[in-house]
Amino acid sequence: MREKLIYALAAVAALLLTRNLYQMFIGLPDEVLQGAIYRIIFFHVPAAFTFMTGALVSMLASILYLARKDFSADSVAAAVTEVALVFGFVNLLTGMIWARIIWGVWWAWDARLTFMLISCLMYAGYLMLRRSIEEPTQRARMSAVLSILTFPAVVITYKAIDWWRNQHPGPVLTFRTGGGTMDPGMEQVLWLNFLGILLFATVLMMVRMRQEEIRREIDGLRREAHAI
Amino acid sequence: MKFLRQSATIAWKDLRSEIRSKETLNASMSFAIVILLLFSFAFQSDSEVIEQISGGLLWLVFAFAGALVVNRSFSRDLQNDCLDALLASPVSGSAIFLGKAVANFAILLVIEFASLLIFGVFYNVDWTRQLGALMMTILLATWGMSVVGTMFSAMTVNLRLRELMLPMLVYPILIPCLLAAIELSAKLVAGTPLAGDMYLWVRVLVGFNIIYTALSLALVDTVLVG
Repeated sequence: MREKLIYALAAVAALLLTRNLYQMFIGLPDEVLQGAIYRIIFFHVPAAFTFMTGALVSMLASILYLARKDFSADSVAAAVTEVALVFGFVNLLTGMIWARIIWGVWWAWDARLTFMLISCLMYAGYLMLRRSIEEPTQRARMSAVLSILTFPAVVITYKAIDWWRNQHPGPVLTFRTGGGTMDPGMEQVLWLNFLGILLFATVLMMVRMRQEEIRREIDGLRREAHAI
Repeated sequence: MKFLRQSATIAWKDLRSEIRSKETLNASMSFAIVILLLFSFAFQSDSEVIEQISGGLLWLVFAFAGALVVNRSFSRDLQNDCLDALLASPVSGSAIFLGKAVANFAILLVIEFASLLIFGVFYNVDWTRQLGALMMTILLATWGMSVVGTMFSAMTVNLRLRELMLPMLVYPILIPCLLAAIELSAKLVAGTPLAGDMYLWVRVLVGFNIIYTALSLALVDTVLVG
């Protein structure tokens, strides 16, 4: 059942992403000031949102694990963090490419960029912590605590463009500005691409979760064999 | 009240063991002096440049020395299974944590003030011009460092790669706190009074301390006891 769901979601994500690509490159014109490069926003922003959604889910799953000691919540947290981190780096890379063309530099040490990098480093630390603990219960407990402690950095990243004067552009999406800052057609493609990328990330997460469960099963069997 | 009394007992126990052995204090103090010396070779001793970089320089020294202090915080009790005895005692994990955080805070403050004196002498900087605000910054940021450091010390105490994992995890999480401390200290050492944009950094420090003190107190029992 779950495999069928994975295939179905993957198919929907593929269709949606293909449709979005067509819309981005054929349907929409170049932006007046930036030219063709503005299209990177359709990947840059959704990747950031996917990263932040992943971080939120990871924190919620971690709280759930601590409350119920349910290992499937730990699997969700592990899988979602790994996938979210990939999208975090996609966000940083696409941002850097855009910055090289628009600002003339690959990187600027402003609050938004710095906190995004820090958040990614912290989640990389989370994955390293998971690998350094052998005992499953201790691993789940420690990583759940770390996931909760790391989440404030994501909130700071999200709010950085409001709190500090940045080189990074300020908010442009309607839900933050009230409208008038981005063409509605472009914004629609951006949201649809977020949906597509989120679906794709969900597929990756489900595959990764399955691996995590199988790993735990193998660990259990190995322990049993060892006991015999 | 009982909770605070228990925390004070733990803090006093840690401080007394530190005063007797001086192992952390000696190691991190000499480490701080070595870094201050190394930095003096790296930068021109032009007083204007030094004032500009003073914040970063000081807080890097404090953060490096701080990692040595917090690393020993829980591992000191591993000998003779003292940590297990502490956890088995009728004291909650959060009281143990708070006590240890307070002890680390005190040890860190001693190291920081000694480093500040050495910094003033080596780099020929008068850092006392905004003394009150600078002290407030140091107290706030050091509390942040102690809380986060002690929490991660508790998390990594039983890990194989403890010495490696602790700085790996602590430094990124400390960045908002260090960033605010660096920004404030650089200006305060240069003699700029606290005003305008600088209050944003004070708010960052206060917010950071509240969030991480609350989260750590809530989660430390899970980490220590399970």
